[in-house]
Amino acid sequence: MASAYTQPMQALIDALSRLPGIGPKSAQRIAFHLIKCEERDVEQLSSAITKAKTMVKFCQRCFNFSESDLCQYCGDDRRDATTICVVEESRDVIAIEKTREFSGQYHVLLGTINPLDGVGPEQLKIRELLQRIEPQGVKEVILCLNPNTEGDVTSMYLARVLRPLGVKVTRIASGLPVGGDLEYADELTLGRALEGRREVVG
Amino acid sequence: MTLYRDKAVVLRTYDLREADRIIVMMTESHGKVRAVANGVRKMSSRFGARLEPLSHVDILISTGKNLGTVNQVDLVTSAKGLYADLDRLTMGLAMLEAVDQLGMENEPTEHLYRMLVGALQWLSENDSSLVLAAFYFKLLVAEGVGAQVEACVGCGAPGDRLVAFDVFRGGAQCRDCRSGATISAEAIGIIQDIVGGRLNNALSLRASSATREVAALATKCMEHHLERRLKSVAVFESPEM
Repeated sequence: MASAYTQPMQALIDALSRLPGIGPKSAQRIAFHLIKCEERDVEQLSSAITKAKTMVKFCQRCFNFSESDLCQYCGDDRRDATTICVVEESRDVIAIEKTREFSGQYHVLLGTINPLDGVGPEQLKIRELLQRIEPQGVKEVILCLNPNTEGDVTSMYLARVLRPLGVKVTRIASGLPVGGDLEYADELTLGRALEGRREVVG
Repeated sequence: MTLYRDKAVVLRTYDLREADRIIVMMTESHGKVRAVANGVRKMSSRFGARLEPLSHVDILISTGKNLGTVNQVDLVTSAKGLYADLDRLTMGLAMLEAVDQLGMENEPTEHLYRMLVGALQWLSENDSSLVLAAFYFKLLVAEGVGAQVEACVGCGAPGDRLVAFDVFRGGAQCRDCRSGATISAEAIGIIQDIVGGRLNNALSLRASSATREVAALATKCMEHHLERRLKSVAVFESPEM
């Protein structure tokens, strides 16, 4: 059956529906909206996309998104180069920066080890992490990975390969959300919170 | 829409939409089941933590047109012991992958459930390099394609004359019939123990070249039966970077 749309319109809808979280119906709605928009707005969008695509690349040291060879954290002398926080994706860097609690550098793995999907250590930026340890004089590696199976496998694997290099390997605590209620916590989270308890100084 | 309650081991999960997950599990009396768990990726989810792979849970599922929905989850035993050690965890995941491949959806396979629960329980309490291999060999026996190691698969020559193992023929061979790879007498002995009901003998062995031989062979046999590679075993085959 021939398409009900004109060819350029169909091409636009097809391209849009390839985006994550956008189905054919949403793609159609966005496409119609774009056609109705003023030309200036559409041009702004398309130039923003091409500009972002050409200008944003991976930081050569930590694989965070960056405009230049080094990202804003690796290129900043005020940040502590002896502490590295290991995260899964660039968006996790943003989440940690929001806390304003960390002043070291990052390392983005670009994924996690996932045995059930066949994603192994060599597909991630683990070798690059190991190569940073000695030249930078790294003292501590903080593993900031999701508290799920993949995060656990990756953390234990990293601990195994990092320990022999003489660095302290720590993993972020897992427990109750601030403002939460004990009564509603599930037993696994509460159990981990108990395990990771610490002394209170009054 | 009907509700049913069952015990299950979570085999794997797939992310769905913004905060949901499809949970694949091996249940006691409904076979392999896929069901949607709504909102489990949110921080505030009450049962998300119980639906990680390897969890043994008591679950309430409402059946739908296509996929069922998970309504309630209670832990039977937590997989904490498995999550404490990388080797145990990867062996556990390798067990899940094989069961996921062997199980049929909504086709009751109580033996698979029981074997998996037993093996995971054992794994979380003991250290043995052979538990995964033993599990694979036992699964193959349960599937009706167990390894023949008591006598030669070609001529029936007795156990002390076996020198090779051919995965395609499904068993050990004597010098005259051999077409498969060489295997040591110790390895043959271990496999005889595993399939012959002397499992504890095999599991109490220390790691050696023979146990490594058996482990590699178990994976090969399982992969031959499934007709595909086992991803979770391959991931850590070269741990040295």
